[in-house]
This record gives sequence, C-alpha cells and structure tokens, in this order.
Amino acid sequence: MGKIVLENVQKHFGTVKVISNVSLTVEDGSFVVFVGPSGCGKSTLLRLIAGLEDATGGRILIDGADVTDLPPTKRGLSMVFQSYALYPHMSVRGNIGFGLKMAGMPKDEIRKKVDAAAATLNLTPYLDRKPRMLSGGQRQRVAIGRAIVREPKGFLFDEPLSNLDAALRVNMRIEIARLQRSLGTTAIYVTHDQVEAMTMADKIVVLNAGSVEQVGSPLELYDRPANLFVAGFIGSPKMNLIGGATAEPYQAATIGIRPEHLIVSRDGGGWAGTISVAEHLGSDTFLYVEVPGVGLVTARTPGEVSFHAGERVMLQPDPARLHRFDKQGQAIRG
Amino acid sequence: MARAISPQKKWTFTILAWVVALILFFPILWTILTAFKTEGDAILFPPAFLPPHWTLENFVTVQTRSDYFKHFFNSMVISIGSSLIGLVIAVPAAWSMAFAPAKRTKDILMWMLSTKMMPAVGVLVPIYLIFKNLGLLDTLTGLTGIMTLINLPIMVWMLYTYFREIPVDILEASRMDGAVLWKEIVYVLLPMAIPGIASTMLLNIILAWNEAFWTLNLSAANAAPLTAFIASYSSPEGLFWAKLSAASTLAIAPILVIGWFSQKQLVRGMTFGAVK
Ligand SMILES: Nc1ncnc2c1ncn2[C@@H]1O[C@H](COP(=O)(O)OP(=O)(O)OP(=O)(O)O)[C@@H](O)[C@H]1O
Ligand SMILES: [Mg+2]
Repeated sequence: MGKIVLENVQKHFGTVKVISNVSLTVEDGSFVVFVGPSGCGKSTLLRLIAGLEDATGGRILIDGADVTDLPPTKRGLSMVFQSYALYPHMSVRGNIGFGLKMAGMPKDEIRKKVDAAAATLNLTPYLDRKPRMLSGGQRQRVAIGRAIVREPKGFLFDEPLSNLDAALRVNMRIEIARLQRSLGTTAIYVTHDQVEAMTMADKIVVLNAGSVEQVGSPLELYDRPANLFVAGFIGSPKMNLIGGATAEPYQAATIGIRPEHLIVSRDGGGWAGTISVAEHLGSDTFLYVEVPGVGLVTARTPGEVSFHAGERVMLQPDPARLHRFDKQGQAIRG
Repeated sequence: MARAISPQKKWTFTILAWVVALILFFPILWTILTAFKTEGDAILFPPAFLPPHWTLENFVTVQTRSDYFKHFFNSMVISIGSSLIGLVIAVPAAWSMAFAPAKRTKDILMWMLSTKMMPAVGVLVPIYLIFKNLGLLDTLTGLTGIMTLINLPIMVWMLYTYFREIPVDILEASRMDGAVLWKEIVYVLLPMAIPGIASTMLLNIILAWNEAFWTLNLSAANAAPLTAFIASYSSPEGLFWAKLSAASTLAIAPILVIGWFSQKQLVRGMTFGAVK
C-alpha cells in the first residue's frame, strides 16, 4: 500500500514562494516522475513528501492518513539521494541494514534481509566494504538497497543517476524501473532528464516555477501537451514553436510541430528553406533549416537520407500532428 | 594543487622551518636542561649550555617539598573533567547551531566568542566573590567548573565548524531510515564527528592544563594544579632557577607527551575547514 495524495501543498522559504498550490494523486504502485527545469521546485516537493521540509500550507496524505505534521521517521517512505548519502563509517551491510536496525528488527532477520537485497543488486561481494571503497555505480546500488530493504510504502528518488556516466545511467535506469515493477512499490522520481522521465514513468508531472503544468502518461504529454511550456519541454529535439503570420491560417497564436512530424523533401510542398546544419547521428539526422519568415526549424529524418548543409529543402508539416496554442499559451483542442 | 618547487627553494624552506622550530623550542629545551643542573651551575655566567654536573637532585627536592603528584592529579581532574563536561554541553549546542540554525545563530556565536575578548581580570572580583560565597574556593569542583565555562565558547566554535562539514544529506538519510533524534546523533552524527570531537577535547585539555590565571587566583593548597606548583618556585625566597626548571619540566612533560602523540589530530583540528 502506498497511495500518496497532495492537497494544495504550498511551501515558502521566507517570502519566496517555491511551491504554490500543488494538488496531485500518486496511485499505489505507480511510478511517477517529476520533471521540470532546474530550480522549479522538484526537490522541494519531494522533500515535502518525505517530511524533510515542513509544508507552509495544504495537506499530504499517505494511504488516507494525514502525515502533514509527521516527521520523516513516521511516514514510512524511503529516499535515494543524488549524493547517495551513504553512512561513511558503516560497511555496505551496515548501510543497507541501518533502517531495519532502527526499527528494532532482530539481528539474524536483518542479516537475512540484507543478504537478499544485496543479492538482488549484485552487491554480495562488497558487503564488508566501506562506501569509499566502492565505485559510483556500486554506491548508487547500496543507496537503492538501503531504500528497498525496509519495504517502505513508497520510494522517493532525487535525481539518483545524475552522478553516473551515460552508459551506466541507462543500465541503472532499466534496473530501477524493473525493480520497482517487481516490488510493486509506489515510486516518485525526480529528474530533469526527460528521456528518463519518458522511459520510466507511468505518469509524468511537469513542474514549472513551483506549479504543476500538466500531469499525464508519457505519450499523453507527447501527443497532447496542454500548453506551450509542456510542448517545449517534452520531446527531444524540442518541438518547433512558430508564431506570427505562419500560425494565422491555423487560427492559432502559435503552432507547434515536432521535428519528427515534418516531411522533408527536395521538391514537395510546404515551407522552403536552406539547411544550415545537418547533424548525422547514424540512426537519425537532425536538420536545422532556415526558413524565411518562419525562423530556424528543426527536422528529423531517418539516418540514411542524405541531406547536407547548404541544400534547399521543403518542409511539410503533418497536419494531423500539428499543435495549436492560443494567446495564453494554452492548447486549442479539436 | 601540485606545483613544481625547485630543490633550492625546498632546501631554503626546510632550513627556515627548522630554524623557526628551534627558536620556538629553545626555551623548553633550556628549561629541561637547566632542570638537570645544580643551582650553582644554573646561574653561571656565561651560561653553560649542557649541565656541567648532571643531577636529579632538583626533581627529588621538588617532589618532597611540594608533592608533584598531588598537583599532577589536580591538573588531570581539572583539564579532563572540564573537557568532558564541556563536551556534554558543547556537542548539543554546536549540533543545533550547525544543523538547525535560527536567525540569530551567527550572532550568538559571535557573542560567545566576544566573551573571550574580555580580559579575565575584569570579572575576577565578582567571580571570586561568587566562589567564596558558594564555598568553591580551592576546590576541584570550582576549578573544573570555571575551566569548563571559560573554554566553552572555543569548544562550541570548534565543534560548530566540524559539524558544518558533515553533509546534511547523510543526516537526512538517517531520518528517512527511521532514526529518531537521539539515534541519529548516536549512530550517525557522533561517529562522523569523532575526529572533530577528539581534537576539540585534546585542544581543550591542553588549554585547561596550561591555564594559569583562574587556577592561580581561585586555588590555594588543596585544589592547586601544576600551574600553581610552578608558580610556587618563583618565590621571593630567592632565585632557584634549577628547581623552578625542574618543576616546570615536570609540569609540561605530560602535556608535551600528549601533544606529541596527537600531533596529527591537533593539526587537522586546527586547520579543519581551511584545507580539504
Ligand atoms: N532552504 C532554502 N531556502 C531558500 N530557498 C530555497 C531553499 N531550498 C530551495 N530553495 C529555492 O527553491 C527553489 C526550488 O529549489 P529546488 O531545489 O526544489 O529545485 P529543483 O527543481 O530541485 O532544481 P534542480 O533541478 O536544480 O535540482 C530554488 O529557486 C531554490 O533557490
Ligand atoms: Mg533538485
């Protein structure tokens, strides 16, 4: 069990409003990711749920019980920190078992549980080492072991992979997602890496300046961004957002088209432009096309198509995949 | 940062360091050497560097005349006792200042330090009277108490700087792991803070051991520590250089030994925060 509900949660640091009126439901067993630009309040929101910060207003409920005024020790959640935050003076065994020891579990039971957790995370050979004698990836796994061994109501992750190199990050991402599915424990995961968000989440919460911009499944956010902020934030490369005269025929203040939804040809219809940069990634090629009157437009084509810089091309937006936004930046449906 | 230092420069620095060290150490060496001289040799002019006639007579006289071991015991009780009591007060104080600072924490720290800037003699009379009225004059309880109080600001400051270096994440992690406050302190904070606490304690023992103003003014015979023992030899009875030196040697020997063995801790303690 581990349903987490936020009701109008607010957080002020002095006079600075960091979180304003966030309401949110995290269903039991789901994997929810908070994304947003740096400084938007992701960590603060997570720490409010953890109980490491006191809410200025609103309520936080875990399984229906109001925990707003409870300390972290009484909330039954566990957390994985960006810095790992392992206890430097304890062995890996001590680190993983610390929570159980605090709960007053008998020694041999702790030993069994720690052994099991270590086996799941391939940490068995390192159980007697101190954290400083481990690599970054191993430390990360110890931090995860410490979180899972207590069988908490929910996991809280604050950018747990940002200190790892790219290859390891992908592995750990898969490992965490798999672990969470197999345990069926609610997880809230903070990241500013939208690839992590898209691949891991059941539900993504897009935050901006302390407010929720949109909540939805990864594909919902990709296919139906509620506003300009989400449209620009989700997807890589970014959606092309075009205003002015180009948007007028569509009865919108701004139109958005993703780079992968532009049909690029040498002599088809659409906007005519000149390729200023072509990035060949192998699988894909990103074209940055200068279109007079529209601006720089990004297009994504399969890798085998050979366009190169300086070439003139035509860009035809796929009308079914076109997004329209009004003056306030809200999506126009229908 | 590794910077290339030419061998020449290195030699110059080495020699300079030795010269400075010898200059600083010379008075102590001279005291120790004089302790082994006869009274006559001690006042020779020009002075003899090494004792012409080595003798242990001064040490024997000093012990029989004024019971070194009693003073030694008093010094131990005062310095270790005040350090331990000080820690009991300073650890929680520094903990809350470092990890739960309030608006005025910085001011309180400055205020605590400012009490050390006042000349001690300025409060001698009131403290003397308080001691007298409470019957604390010339008692170990009184001296340990006053020593705790005068060193408390330094202890809080040192511990505060140490605690500030401990990553808050780790303490928060322990809270998430279900550690209530006292468990967090006992299982997580203290083990990480032990080096800092040890150097604070050592420095404090040394400071208390060498403190001469309050110990001299507030003790007479019963509770007098080694500082009073030394002072009793710079008496108007006449100059007893050799005996004074023997008394001093005996008084500083224990602290010199402690200092020698804990050099590393002390240096780390005093430069903590400055170098990483
Ligand atoms: N203790 C604090 N006192 C005052 N302001 C704070 C405090 N902690 C955070 N803030 C402010 O709150 C805002 C949100 O911070 P937060 O750490 O939640 O951002 P974030 O979304 O996690 O960013 P990042 O992706 O860089 O980690 C920031 O503007 C930050 O400066
Ligand atoms: Mg953050």
